[in-house]
Amino acid sequence: MALETLIQLSLATLFLPLAGFLLLIFFGKRLQRQGDWLGTAFVSVAFAISLVILFAKLAVPETVSAGFTWATFGGIPGIGEVNVELGILIDNLSAIMLVVVMLISMLVHFFSMGYLEGDVRYSRYFAYLGLFTFSMIGIVITHNLLMMYIFWELVGLSSYLLIGHWYEKKSASNAAMKAFIVNRIGDAGMFIGIMIIFVHFSTFSFDAIFGAISAGNLPFESQAWLTAAGILIFCGAIGKSAQFPLHVWLPDAMEGPTPVSALIHAATMVAAGVFMVARLFPIFTADALLVIAYIGAVTALLAATIAITQYDIKKVLAWSTISQLGYMIMALGVGAYAAGFMHLVTHAAFKAGLFLGSGAVIYAMHAALHKQHDHDTDAQDIRNMGGLKSRLPVTYWTFLIFTLAISGIPLTSGFLSKDEILAGTLAFSTLSGHWLLPLIAFTVAGMTAFYMFRLFILTFHGEHDRPERLPLINEVPGVMSIPLIVLATLSIFVFYSFNPFGASSGWLFQALERPLSVVPEAVAPATWPVLYEAISRVHTLVMILSIVIAVAGLAFAWLVYHKKAFSADKMAAAMGPLYRGSSNKWYFDEMYEAVFVNGTLALTRISNWFDARIIDGIVNGAGSVTQGVSRISGWIDNTFIDGLVNYLANITGTIGMRLRKIQTGNIQTYLVFAVFGFLIITIVLLTF
Amino acid sequence: MVLPEWLAEPGLNHFLVVSAILFSLGLLAVISRRNIIMVLMGIELILNSANLNFVAFSRYGLLSIDGHMIALFVIIIAAAEAAVALAIVLNIYNRFGSVDVEQISELKD
Repeated sequence: MALETLIQLSLATLFLPLAGFLLLIFFGKRLQRQGDWLGTAFVSVAFAISLVILFAKLAVPETVSAGFTWATFGGIPGIGEVNVELGILIDNLSAIMLVVVMLISMLVHFFSMGYLEGDVRYSRYFAYLGLFTFSMIGIVITHNLLMMYIFWELVGLSSYLLIGHWYEKKSASNAAMKAFIVNRIGDAGMFIGIMIIFVHFSTFSFDAIFGAISAGNLPFESQAWLTAAGILIFCGAIGKSAQFPLHVWLPDAMEGPTPVSALIHAATMVAAGVFMVARLFPIFTADALLVIAYIGAVTALLAATIAITQYDIKKVLAWSTISQLGYMIMALGVGAYAAGFMHLVTHAAFKAGLFLGSGAVIYAMHAALHKQHDHDTDAQDIRNMGGLKSRLPVTYWTFLIFTLAISGIPLTSGFLSKDEILAGTLAFSTLSGHWLLPLIAFTVAGMTAFYMFRLFILTFHGEHDRPERLPLINEVPGVMSIPLIVLATLSIFVFYSFNPFGASSGWLFQALERPLSVVPEAVAPATWPVLYEAISRVHTLVMILSIVIAVAGLAFAWLVYHKKAFSADKMAAAMGPLYRGSSNKWYFDEMYEAVFVNGTLALTRISNWFDARIIDGIVNGAGSVTQGVSRISGWIDNTFIDGLVNYLANITGTIGMRLRKIQTGNIQTYLVFAVFGFLIITIVLLTF
Repeated sequence: MVLPEWLAEPGLNHFLVVSAILFSLGLLAVISRRNIIMVLMGIELILNSANLNFVAFSRYGLLSIDGHMIALFVIIIAAAEAAVALAIVLNIYNRFGSVDVEQISELKD
């Protein structure tokens, strides 16, 4: 197959979901079954095409890229002509990501057909799923920062629309707004980062930017600016991938329909940040990568500590997602590029599975509660579950596989990728001395195993909260269980590497060759051969440690929640403030509420006061002064000016009144005056 | 009876005096009479005093024949003036029903 065909095929995968979106949004209600089959069919075809792209791409080493000039800005002083290009880049990274996105999207489409049956905005839901898929593919296959940013925002928009799908619920519309606004904060940083790059290089294209930097042309001739640009662009990933400190939106986003949580808020969109870091990996300096690694580590630890104490099944999964995303970011930060991205792929499969599984549980619980006419019991609270194993066998077994995978138990996909991440962090610490990173990574691995099995045991094992409800719970329909089975199958190691204890020999790891860093050697991260050598040294140790830790976490959860060897309540009481902090998510929401929300409100109040008192005061004061001055000037005018004029007029008037008596109208009198006047003049003239 | 010297031989001064008296009488009539006809007659007297002056100057002074000519003109003009003035008087009488100059004082207002 000619490589150019890949471009056309990837365009097809891009526009098929868009076509689905447009058809559904305009004609959805008129189509049969409200058009769900249409969106699903389009995405399925796109998935098939993406598989073709993946196999075709893996067969050749070259990357395929094509673009065209979208807009030309000519004659900019000092720069000349600037061409803004749009285009497509297909390399191993984007081909793999494309398949991940399309696969999860397709399975979620199928699952949604069951989960959202009879929903009020059924066709609109499928339309938005199409819009999301379109935007996500746009991020994946683009070859420039501008398009990436555009689709980045589109993804944020579709996420907003889908979280707020049930917008009649106040909590859902609030969650949608929160997600959007928090993401905007990260995106603002990303935009500034992109602008730093664009202002200096006058191009958005990855290739051109990488080429310029590797030629020694740094933004503003400074390595610090390059680091700053990297960290600012990473801010976008902090928002989108729910990293500390912008992680607060993701748990709230669980207000959306559960399949949406699986697609967007677990598997694909939140991985966009990871993808972006991987895509721009060459331009990150060692300092920027260190920041990235620590942000990831803090996020992983923070989210894991919170996940331990949550009771809402989706909230636990949401926090575990944040924690796993932290893992991926940390892996990329330490330079374990393939490990981080591989974890994205494996995590996408088992986390989508976990969410769809939880969706199945919630669906079944809802149906049972509905039959009981019970509208008060929370269908998502794991304290109301228990013992579901017998009633939901398919969900149970698939959920078990997903849980094993996320906990990093051998023979699962999760073990492969997590093992590589742990090895990467430990190797990095042996090279650089940042021992905190592997410490956090291993701690989180144990905690993950613990809280995931806590969730699993409380949901499926033990006694059901209300034994009489249990018989009413029935297995979900095939359209929902088949996606679970597919994803469970994909959580087995064999799809990623034939060696269950080593990912590095697998095709995925081989395909994800770490790109060469383009930054100056002085600030570049440790090269891959160096890191790889360190990884090889510690790999066996890490593998044993990670198995021990995961099994220990698992066993501890088993002891606490199944055997009840220790009382969870007593342990919580013993932890005291730690427990309260964790169950309240370390008060981040309250803190942000107090600092930013109330701060903004206080600022508006101050501005309002300033406006009402100072600005209006100045205006009113100026008015009063003018009024006073005009009153004085009016008084002067009335008294002196008018007085003078009136006085003159009065004098004239008085004189006139006096003089008018002379004017008798009697012509003879005038004549007398004339004669006497003449006589007087004559006498005067004659005398003198 | 022997006339004093300044009376014995009539000269220019005599005429002028007579003319002055005539003028004064005319003026007096114009000023003091209330009947407009009498006022017109006063004007005639004034004109005649002027004529007397012209003629006297013509006889004793430097005006020579011009004085006579002017006197003749004045007489002609006086005749014309009398015609016009009497027409005016007639109109005044029609308008006011009186020929009393005291009552014809609308100019005042």
